[in-house]
Amino acid sequence: MDENTNLPEQIKAVYRSLFAFLIAFCIIAIGLITYIKNPNLFNNDSKSAETESEYVAIPQDDDFDKIENGIHVRTGFVEAEGLMETVNNCTNCHSSELVLQNRMSKERWIATIRWMQETQNLWDLGGNEAIIVDYLVTNYPVIAKGRRSALTDIQWYELED
Amino acid sequence: MTALLGTEIVLGASMPKGYTPLALQDPDPFKMFGKDPQMVVLNSKPWNMEAQAHLLDDKITPAKFMFIRNNGLIPENIDIDKWNLTIDGESVQEEKTYSLSELKSKFKRYSYQLTLECGGNGRSEFDPPAKGNQWTIGAVSSAVWTGVRLRDVLEDAGIKSDAVYIGYHAADSHLSRDPEKEPISRGAPMAKALQDETLLAFEMNGEDIPLANGYPLRLVAGGWPASVSGKWINRISIRNKVHDGTKMTGTAYRVPCNPVAPGEKVKDEDMCIIESMPVKSLITYPKTGAKIAEGKKLKIRGHAWAGELEVSKMEFSIDFGATWQNCSLEKPANRLAWQHFASSISFPKKGYYEVWARATDAQGRAQPMLLPGWNPKGYLNNACHRIAVKVV
Repeated sequence: MDENTNLPEQIKAVYRSLFAFLIAFCIIAIGLITYIKNPNLFNNDSKSAETESEYVAIPQDDDFDKIENGIHVRTGFVEAEGLMETVNNCTNCHSSELVLQNRMSKERWIATIRWMQETQNLWDLGGNEAIIVDYLVTNYPVIAKGRRSALTDIQWYELED
Repeated sequence: MTALLGTEIVLGASMPKGYTPLALQDPDPFKMFGKDPQMVVLNSKPWNMEAQAHLLDDKITPAKFMFIRNNGLIPENIDIDKWNLTIDGESVQEEKTYSLSELKSKFKRYSYQLTLECGGNGRSEFDPPAKGNQWTIGAVSSAVWTGVRLRDVLEDAGIKSDAVYIGYHAADSHLSRDPEKEPISRGAPMAKALQDETLLAFEMNGEDIPLANGYPLRLVAGGWPASVSGKWINRISIRNKVHDGTKMTGTAYRVPCNPVAPGEKVKDEDMCIIESMPVKSLITYPKTGAKIAEGKKLKIRGHAWAGELEVSKMEFSIDFGATWQNCSLEKPANRLAWQHFASSISFPKKGYYEVWARATDAQGRAQPMLLPGWNPKGYLNNACHRIAVKVV
């Protein structure tokens, strides 16, 4: 009798442990799939990633491409259509400062890109070329200076003897 | 490390352990290069930095105020015990290689104060704008350089009678890090290479040359575009033709042989290599923006230089060129050194003034008040320097 009444209890115990095992299996399986998809997720030490692959994944922190007051902080470029295409193609070999200093027409920017492709190992920009050139001529237009500009931004000070 | 840089490190697997990418090294360029914090960074890759007029007040430019002009990446891990200079080329009699200590012990040393100005100094003023670093007025210096005469070294290797030009090669790397490419490889005709003052220098102002200015060995060819004075030199070729290295062709350091209208397209074959730099001057005291009391005299001073020539006259104007008055002008410390001028100015009444300075060279050519002839890359702007002054 005791055995008969105990039998359902034993079955229930087996079911409970089977259920617990199933949950544990699911968690491990999800974990494994996630890891296969993104091996860096559980690994803050990215050195292991460097040794696994020639082209290392790009774990970027949220602030990397931060925009503040309409300026892309890392490069100083203004936020506008074509910003990231310009950042990604025009700041690898030289700094963004070199781009920001210059003011050119569409034709001269294209000539500059050709020169960089011929002599500086710049790659084919494909469809990004028009986007980048538009971004530059729109946001950094040529300003006529004439034969001599007025002195500006003078910081006045009392001259001591 | 990639997380810190926030970008992929191409071929990261082959990066040596313990190597810190430049992007993670000391981000303060003034500390890194021993420059004054008032110097102005134009470009951080490659590094380009210029002075402001008032920083150049010293008669001999100290290292901290000397501009930096790079076309490529500064050499890393320089071992001076292994540094060699090779003399080769079509027109060398016998290819020879010298260690740095051989150069220093075998040949007589000379010291000269030599003015070096970037060919593109003043580029920022051209209209339509010219491509490149937008130098204002501070890519010029006049330090004392010590080294051996290039002539002595070339003659030791032997110069064939058909020699035309020398071309330098150096240890800096191309921006793309392509080892097949040189960032810059310029040179000079034999006549300039053989001048007394053309040095293979290893000291500046009595000390090792600063790294960013060419340590441990550089050419110094005063009065010519500073790009002739190659930095980190390890090979000089004696050529039987005009040197055809990087930045000797196209629009680089070349201007239209005949004058062109602003913005005009110029064919390669119509461009000529820049040689001697034109006459120019800078007011280095006071700094622009000075306010002085009515009735007080204003002392001004500065430097003037004229490429291969001497400056013969120095003037200033406080009425936008309507009248000019002479400044006192010193002789150069030696040929190709800049000259110092000074004057004392009385202003007729209160108000806003500009003090304009104008130098004239030994052949009677003066600085223009307006921009000189436009050229595709914006070289040779020797327009008069001016400062703003208020009499209150």
